[in-house]
Amino acid sequence: MDIVNTFATILARPDLWAGTLRFAAPLTLAALGGVISERSGVVNIAMEGMMLVGAFFAVLVGAATHDIVLATLASVLCGGLIATFHGVASIHLRANQIVSGMAINLFALGLTSFLMFRFYATSGTPSDIPALPDVNIPVINSIPFVGAVIGDLNSIVWVSILAVPVTWWFLFRTRIGLRIRAVGEHPRAADTLGVSVFRMRYLCVILSGLFSGLGGAYLALSVAHSFSDNMTSGAGFIALAAMIFGKWHPVGAFLACLLFGFGQSLGINLQGTGFPDQLVAATPYVLTVVALAGFVGRAVAPAADGVPYEVGE
Amino acid sequence: MTALVSPTAPATIPSATPYLQMRGITKAFGTLLANDHVDLTVRDREIHAVVGENGAGKTTLMNILYGLIHPDSGDIVIDGSPVRIRGPRDAIAAGIGMVHQHFQLVPVMTVAENVVLGQEPGGVVIDRRAAVRQVGELSERFGLVVDPTARVETLPVGVQQRVELLKILYRGSRLLVFDEPTAVLTPQETDELFEILRGLVAGGKTVILITHKLNEVMAISERVTVLRQGRNAGELETAKTSPAEIARAMVGREVLLRVERDEPHIGEERLRLDGLKANSDRQLPALDGIDLTVRSGEIVGIAGVSGNGQLELAEVIAGLRPVTDGHVFLGGEDVAHQATAERRVHGLAYIPEDRQARGLVLPFDVKDNLILGSQSRPPFAQRGQRNSEAVEERARELIRRYDIRPPDPEAPAESLSGGNQQKVVVARELAENPKVLVAAEPARGLDVGATEFIHRQLIEQRDHGLAILLISSELDEIFSLSDSIAVIYRGRIVEVVPSAAADRERIGLLMAGGTIEGGTPSASQVAQAAASLATEPPGTPPPREAGSPGQAGPQ
Ligand SMILES: Nc1ncnc2c1ncn2[C@@H]1O[C@H](COP(=O)(O)OP(=O)(O)OP(=O)(O)O)[C@@H](O)[C@H]1O
Ligand SMILES: [Mg+2]
Repeated sequence: MDIVNTFATILARPDLWAGTLRFAAPLTLAALGGVISERSGVVNIAMEGMMLVGAFFAVLVGAATHDIVLATLASVLCGGLIATFHGVASIHLRANQIVSGMAINLFALGLTSFLMFRFYATSGTPSDIPALPDVNIPVINSIPFVGAVIGDLNSIVWVSILAVPVTWWFLFRTRIGLRIRAVGEHPRAADTLGVSVFRMRYLCVILSGLFSGLGGAYLALSVAHSFSDNMTSGAGFIALAAMIFGKWHPVGAFLACLLFGFGQSLGINLQGTGFPDQLVAATPYVLTVVALAGFVGRAVAPAADGVPYEVGE
Repeated sequence: MTALVSPTAPATIPSATPYLQMRGITKAFGTLLANDHVDLTVRDREIHAVVGENGAGKTTLMNILYGLIHPDSGDIVIDGSPVRIRGPRDAIAAGIGMVHQHFQLVPVMTVAENVVLGQEPGGVVIDRRAAVRQVGELSERFGLVVDPTARVETLPVGVQQRVELLKILYRGSRLLVFDEPTAVLTPQETDELFEILRGLVAGGKTVILITHKLNEVMAISERVTVLRQGRNAGELETAKTSPAEIARAMVGREVLLRVERDEPHIGEERLRLDGLKANSDRQLPALDGIDLTVRSGEIVGIAGVSGNGQLELAEVIAGLRPVTDGHVFLGGEDVAHQATAERRVHGLAYIPEDRQARGLVLPFDVKDNLILGSQSRPPFAQRGQRNSEAVEERARELIRRYDIRPPDPEAPAESLSGGNQQKVVVARELAENPKVLVAAEPARGLDVGATEFIHRQLIEQRDHGLAILLISSELDEIFSLSDSIAVIYRGRIVEVVPSAAADRERIGLLMAGGTIEGGTPSASQVAQAAASLATEPPGTPPPREAGSPGQAGPQ
């Protein structure tokens, strides 16, 4: 009885729902990037590393310039740069894409730890870094419950939500989207029609880096307002799970991110209630395992996902 | 078959310069010269056949023309001016379109999407309505019936080929290249395709056609270029040549276009199917109570229009598809619920219809493919250890006997030409002295010489007591090899007749569903049956004594 009551109160809290959206935002950005990359046929498990690098450089550039636009731009571009490495390895050099992705994750972790130590060893990251602005919507703000949930969200949360239909439109309505999907399903067929497999794949891998970088910027410049070692703590992998859970579809991936975001938010809201919140906080990870084990319907990846393309001979 | 439709516009007298010239094309893969100074001259508005043995370099030559492979040397001249083709994009721009030996379609996309890909109507956003409309118009104009909104993976092979053709026509190509388009088509689909090709040529297009079927060459082409082991081996006017002459140019020796065989010495029962039922991939009944017996020393041919359960029958016997009811007796033992490996121990061998998907592990080399299935048995494995010498030795022996080219045990199977891949499968399946062989389309994609060879192998094995169940969509193959013919229709064997007593017309009628109970087949069924009958055996067989029995490959 007690538990039911506790849950009822918590579910009625706007905080829980606003938190869901906040936690989901970086996941969504990274997962959408993953969807784009894998739709073109390049397996991308490096979102974690790309986010981490994005987060660090957001703080570094933010601290140096006190300019939020430059800080965000820096993190996005660094995400893109790291992704380019993954592109070269998996597209041109035809390396194993899981290995390349994992290497990037480890490299990102080492690099950011090292730089963190170099720049902020004693004091931690400065507190005068700029913050990503919140979006205050006056009309909605005055609506009871709803106002408290969405009336005062961070701009990046809105960006991540808007990115969902945009990504869908990009992949499923534009010419380039058709070519991307064709390259991910049957690169040879696309090649025989004069569609450049390499160009499409580079574009998509780099796009995924930009998305993840932005997710990293959000973590550093809004959620934590600082950088700490390994601060993404698996968010990139949860995004990966969300992408698979969502069957490589932008909307599916977004819904999965919302679910994972909800799990995290619920964990936070249960703190202090005496309920084992660690257990609840673990739910997203359990869901991840379940999703990856393929219990949630058969997830069908693009046919040529992870298969390097060899030209002609 | 109707006479050749030659271009009915003699007003525009063909200019002296041919439409396409490929000159001195050379391409080496490692040490292997796939094309060695090959010349190809194609006139405007002709149907030009390119023939040659498996591995002669036909696909390589066409891939060079289409920009998929870059030649080491040689020129391509179109309409008198040299062109540089660096990739498919250049080829498309030069008016060249190609239907590849293995289809290049995105299965999960619609017909319209596949056709317009790379040249989509609209701006940033695809104008999908325009795409569907344009594809619909094209298909109407050229008589290629297909629903532009259907997903390609749901379409039968013959229709998929129409989609490939639409892709070319959509790009307005003038030169259409077809690499073995008929290998996967039923006889009636082949006839339809040829009608379309004639129409296209009459409309101003030029066609290059690669095929192993000499009757097709005779029926549709105007001139023939023959390749042998990467070199030119002749250019012939179809009207002035014969299948035998073409075959001789291809192989460099006389080829028996008919198989000779003696009376069978039939022994004990080896394979018996009893009330066998199974489902198709879509879980619909595909086999509806098959009763059939194959005895030692005989070949039983399954005749039928493809899609009547042949594929499922082969898979059920091989243990690759579950039995829903009935029995499969191998040497008297019911193996209906045994795994494939156990059935192989009982002496079952299987030549699958799709060599790439089922017959080979493509990235593995030839020698490993040649022992697949026996890899854990002596002499290839001893005390859990692989015996490389035995593997190597077996590979060398089979490569020699079956004339697999290149004769390199280390070559990955995927680098072999289609026909040589097929030889690897056949060689492996016959190597372990099986008791029962299920052979589905054993000669698919094989050149005349190799077909002759494989057919002779089958006959020879039969004479040594092998029981063979032959499944083929080529009625000629069924008639020339089988001792008795079983007609399959909608998952049932409707009749079994000794082949000596079999009448082509009657078999054709039964294949189309004309039953003994006097049911009248529909018009389209009769048309289908008639079409299968129309595939006459190729021309005059060459003189008997010129044959060289027991010899594989050239000389
Ligand atoms: N990518 C490749 N790497 C190595 N060798 C190759 C490659 N592609 C083709 N070859 C070799 O080149 C030769 C010619 O092959 P090609 O595919 O052109 O033959 P083909 O005439 O089309 O034969 P088929 O009738 O069997 O299709 C073969 O010996 C083949 O093994
Ligand atoms: Mg070929």
